[in-house]
Amino acid sequence: MLVKFLDIGIAGLTMGGLYALIALGLNLQWGVTRVLNVSHGEFLMLGAYSAFFLYSLFGISPLLSLVICAPVFLGIGCLLHRTLFRHLLKTTKSMAGYEIASLLAAYGLLFILSNSAALGFGPRPRALAYLTQSLTFFGATFALNRLVALGISIGVCIIVYLLLGRTRLGKAIRAAAQDVNTAQLMGVNIHQVLTISFGLGAMLAAMGGSLLSMLFWVEPFMGFRYLIVAFIVVVLGGMGNIVGSLIGGIILGLVGSITTSFQAGLGMIAFYTVFIVILLVRPTGILGKLET
Amino acid sequence: MNGIRVIPQKYFRILLPVLAFIVLGTMPRYLPPYGVVVLGNVFMYTVLAVSWNVFCAPTNYMSLATAAFFGVGVYTSAILQELPLPVVILVAGSLSFLVGLMVGTITLRLRGMYFAIFTFGLSELFRHAMIWYEANITRTVGRWLPAETPETVYYYMLVVLAITLLVTYLIRRSKYGLALHSIGQNEEAAAHLGINLNAVKIITFAITCFFMGATGAVMATRWSYVDPSIAFAPFRSFYIIIMVLLGGIDSIIYGPISGAIVITLLSDVALVDYPRQTMLLFGIILVVVISFLPNGLMGIVERIRRGKEVTALSG
Repeated sequence: MLVKFLDIGIAGLTMGGLYALIALGLNLQWGVTRVLNVSHGEFLMLGAYSAFFLYSLFGISPLLSLVICAPVFLGIGCLLHRTLFRHLLKTTKSMAGYEIASLLAAYGLLFILSNSAALGFGPRPRALAYLTQSLTFFGATFALNRLVALGISIGVCIIVYLLLGRTRLGKAIRAAAQDVNTAQLMGVNIHQVLTISFGLGAMLAAMGGSLLSMLFWVEPFMGFRYLIVAFIVVVLGGMGNIVGSLIGGIILGLVGSITTSFQAGLGMIAFYTVFIVILLVRPTGILGKLET
Repeated sequence: MNGIRVIPQKYFRILLPVLAFIVLGTMPRYLPPYGVVVLGNVFMYTVLAVSWNVFCAPTNYMSLATAAFFGVGVYTSAILQELPLPVVILVAGSLSFLVGLMVGTITLRLRGMYFAIFTFGLSELFRHAMIWYEANITRTVGRWLPAETPETVYYYMLVVLAITLLVTYLIRRSKYGLALHSIGQNEEAAAHLGINLNAVKIITFAITCFFMGATGAVMATRWSYVDPSIAFAPFRSFYIIIMVLLGGIDSIIYGPISGAIVITLLSDVALVDYPRQTMLLFGIILVVVISFLPNGLMGIVERIRRGKEVTALSG
């Protein structure tokens, strides 16, 4: 009994940590730049492929490739926002129009990135084996890489939290999340802040992907599932709320592991049910502010 | 450019669609069988795109649940396969209408992006619930139903299309059409003008769902095999949006029609042989249209017409 309980708990926590990391990226993009980036999962997929190829071609460990990928994807994300999304911000008339246009542009990116990956890397799922020694904890067995993934994702979440809470850039990002126009009037270089926030989101997605490559198959269309999860976590935790994303991620990870332990096919149904109930009962999320 | 008008504009406006439908009605006589199938597909996506556009374009509520309502129709058709097809279509449409009514009642108070995500989550919930139900309760995935000939499907699709266009036109001309526009412009102002926001939004949304369900019921008889991943395929919701945007979101009828024709033909020609490349192309089309052609193909047509008028005036 205890062993089963621990099994479910550990599985839920490791997934939850990863979900939180991925959702944090989406939260930065959606909450700050107002871009509901549906291609978030594709950045995750690209991060996973980078880790896979760096490992299989050059023997670089996924943990090291995490450090290599981070600045690269930060750059890619910044570039994308600087070109595509800033252009949209300039050409659309209202904020609501911009939100819709950027959602659709991001959807176009999703098509472009996932299908390019399928053409370039082939549809075959790939996997790498790294840190697969098993650990035993009160009778529950799990692989070392899960523990490492959990530790790193929580660590990165804390670093982002400190970045937002303690630095000048973080203050500017939070100000932009609250009100773009007022932040601009207060002398925040708003375009720079939005671009960096979007880049950080892409970076976090790629880091999540690198960690996932140690645990699961890597394939061109893996991103969509994690995109959905990230959405649900952001809505659950409250848009623009970092701690909310962390808590929401853990909750969703546990919900997933508990339901799949009863019946494997129910995982996604449970996620969507949580999602719909939250949107109906408390659309601002468990930690979000009420309607402003 | 027009010279002297022999026929007044208002007769022209009625005559042209009637003529178009007469031509389309005789098409199966000349077209090869494959052409009939392709045109049937074009009709299906046109109905979906036009009915999506009726509600979503003026109000700025992005519904991503087209696949769900379409899927309800498909499944109704598969379950009620013994009944005659017109009855099935009506029942499927009505069921879809009811689901739309329910969904609208609980969701249309959510604003903007939340509505988009909610409808997306809902249609995915339908799909996963159906997969789970079939795998665990009925223990058979998918259903077979007797296939109709392509001509029959073609004519039923044509009738559904005609009714959809007629209703769309009437909604647009009525005060509900105006009310929808004012909701999209400014909800508070619309409420102050005495528009019952919720009633207008929910009823129109449900009416558009009727047509989505009816289309699904017809298409199911052509596919002859349906399972949840076919009936509730999430890509369909996004396809519709690509079509509407490509055609031009401001043009209520001609925009979605032109977008549906281009995208359906493209996907029928290339999707089977080059699925990845075609999807890649759709992605590029979407990004380019959003960035540089906010009014789509009809926007280009409009610009050319305006340009001519301007030169005619100056010359």
